[in-house]
Amino acid sequence: MTQPVSPPRGGPDKVTPVSEPPAWRALVFRADVRTLSLLGVLAALIVIGGITKPDEFLDTRNLQLVLTQASVIGVVTVGMTFVITSGGIDLSVGAIVALASVWATTVATQEYGFGGILFTAVIVGVGCGLVNGLLIAYGGMVPFIATLAMLASARGLALQITDGSTQVVTVEGILDLGERDAYVLGIPPLVLVFAVVTIIGWLLLNRTTFGRRTVAVGGNAEAARLAGIDVRRQRLYLYLLSGLCCGIAAFLLIVLSGSGQNTNGNLYELDAIAAAIIGGTLLSGGRGTITGSVLGVLIFTTITNIFALNNLQSDVQQIAKGAIIVAAVLVQRRTASTT
Amino acid sequence: MAHLTSRRGLLFGTAAVSAGALLAGCTSNESSDDPAANEQSAADDKPGKAVTIGFAGPQADHGWLNAINENAKSRAERYEDVTLEITEGSNDTAQQIGQIETLINKKVDVLVVLPADGKALTQVGLKAMRAGIPVVNLDRIFNSPQAYRCWIGGDNYGMGLNAGHYIGEQLKDKGDARVIELAGLDNLELTQQRTKGFDDALKNYPNIKKVARQAAEFTVESGQAKMAQLLQAQSDFDALWNHDDDQGVGALRAIEQAGRDDFLMVGGAGALSAFQAIKQDDGVLKATVLYPPTMAASAIDLARALGQGKGVGGLAEFEIPASLTLYSAVVDKDNVDQYMPTGFK
Repeated sequence: MTQPVSPPRGGPDKVTPVSEPPAWRALVFRADVRTLSLLGVLAALIVIGGITKPDEFLDTRNLQLVLTQASVIGVVTVGMTFVITSGGIDLSVGAIVALASVWATTVATQEYGFGGILFTAVIVGVGCGLVNGLLIAYGGMVPFIATLAMLASARGLALQITDGSTQVVTVEGILDLGERDAYVLGIPPLVLVFAVVTIIGWLLLNRTTFGRRTVAVGGNAEAARLAGIDVRRQRLYLYLLSGLCCGIAAFLLIVLSGSGQNTNGNLYELDAIAAAIIGGTLLSGGRGTITGSVLGVLIFTTITNIFALNNLQSDVQQIAKGAIIVAAVLVQRRTASTT
Repeated sequence: MAHLTSRRGLLFGTAAVSAGALLAGCTSNESSDDPAANEQSAADDKPGKAVTIGFAGPQADHGWLNAINENAKSRAERYEDVTLEITEGSNDTAQQIGQIETLINKKVDVLVVLPADGKALTQVGLKAMRAGIPVVNLDRIFNSPQAYRCWIGGDNYGMGLNAGHYIGEQLKDKGDARVIELAGLDNLELTQQRTKGFDDALKNYPNIKKVARQAAEFTVESGQAKMAQLLQAQSDFDALWNHDDDQGVGALRAIEQAGRDDFLMVGGAGALSAFQAIKQDDGVLKATVLYPPTMAASAIDLARALGQGKGVGGLAEFEIPASLTLYSAVVDKDNVDQYMPTGFK
């Protein structure tokens, strides 16, 4: 599994990628070690879960449950990984999920049935991403501020649409999609969507010019511009992509919860950023890994699952979660720097 | 239902006033020929002195809070003599303080305040009281009794207690019954109180054991996620208490997705969707424990009585009480029709 090319701890001032072949090889190796250490953390969690609750944890239904719960935030994280790789940030993901989910579940939208809900969720997501992209790429706004503004307005608009009430979905096709009868060979449809988004994301980042441009813009935007990359257009596309992922995630959330609510997607921005960073994507840009991000999401979901199965309460859960984030990053640092 | 209450209130009020007059007549050493003065002591539907009520609440970002605003508005509209000055709801303490100060400067007759944060708004409550504007404190209580003339609110401990008793009665003939709890946001004191009440009630039933508890966040999304985990963790249990009907929408989805129907579920708060499910009686949800948003309508009644210098119909006193804790009734199939109009979306 190759990883995108760039200096290991490179800030924006470091050399542009595609430079020296030897560094290239070392990087591939190093990236693999990172992924391996994440797999190690996940394996350790599975052992803990298996020991503490063998019957409930090591169960097909539990595997389906963990993967389903990971799907919504997982799709958001794939989009976020692209944005962070390009040196940007998208704080508005949770708010866009909320807005898309309530817009797609209004009484008026529900009259259009399954297709109407899916279409609205995706279009609202893409629309918000477009606004973010235009403000950042062509309006010259800092991503942090532009997406913070989107966070506030999208949440406000979601509240205005719902008036604070919960919009229950009555379209049967949507509800059925979340139930066991809809599983394909034992795989929930939500998980299939997550898998497809992950594979497309991985190919896009690692096997296309779009991916290489994303890494180049994140590594050194000025050098990328001099190399002939239309940096602004690339940035526009990236926020569009993040918005699209939010739209898809909103649809998955509607299926999962059978409703739209303005409080949906609470703190998704932090969860997605945390999963991407733990996965090995560099917050300052120039390096990104979809595999790592997905592992990051799975680690978080598995932790939550193990805690719930062992009936640990919120206070303990939060303390332990913080400690595990620190531990995971430290382990990764250590293994990455010793190779 | 609201209409019913007030008519009954009127009846009781009249009875109480006459009883009061009778008592006064018996105990007084002075001439007892003036009971007519007491006739106006209880507030009723008849138009009285015009009262301007200022209302300040938090942002209505939850079904229950939205219902609070609606209840206050529709109650005020019923009275010709009440003018309601309602502010744009805010969760920002500084902003809510500003809004209340504006209402004080406008010299409204009475204030009804549901603080975003009770402790943080105590000072502005004190300020209103010092300016001679009585404050009706709704639900989230101020730090100091000096900051309000009357507090009216729900009973979180009682909610847990009644949920526990209801479940206890349903399961009392079952040996080794297992119960689980889906709590609300754990860093709110009210969640702890609800859980305490629930646990205390279950202590009366030695055959029942609470085997698991997880806290969601009052949102549909968190309700679905936590309930799915609880169902995986507990393959066999008899009853579930969910603190909040909004997160209950998600919890019910998770139950349906897992294909489980081998237990009874009791909700909390009193959402319309929960009432409808209880009435249909085709799922696990059999009852819900109220945390009535009608308290905002009652707060308007109290504010009006304050402004007109009257007491509460049905009580003997000439003044409204200093504190009113509302009862968390259990709504099940038998009485759900009565509560249906109070259900919030």
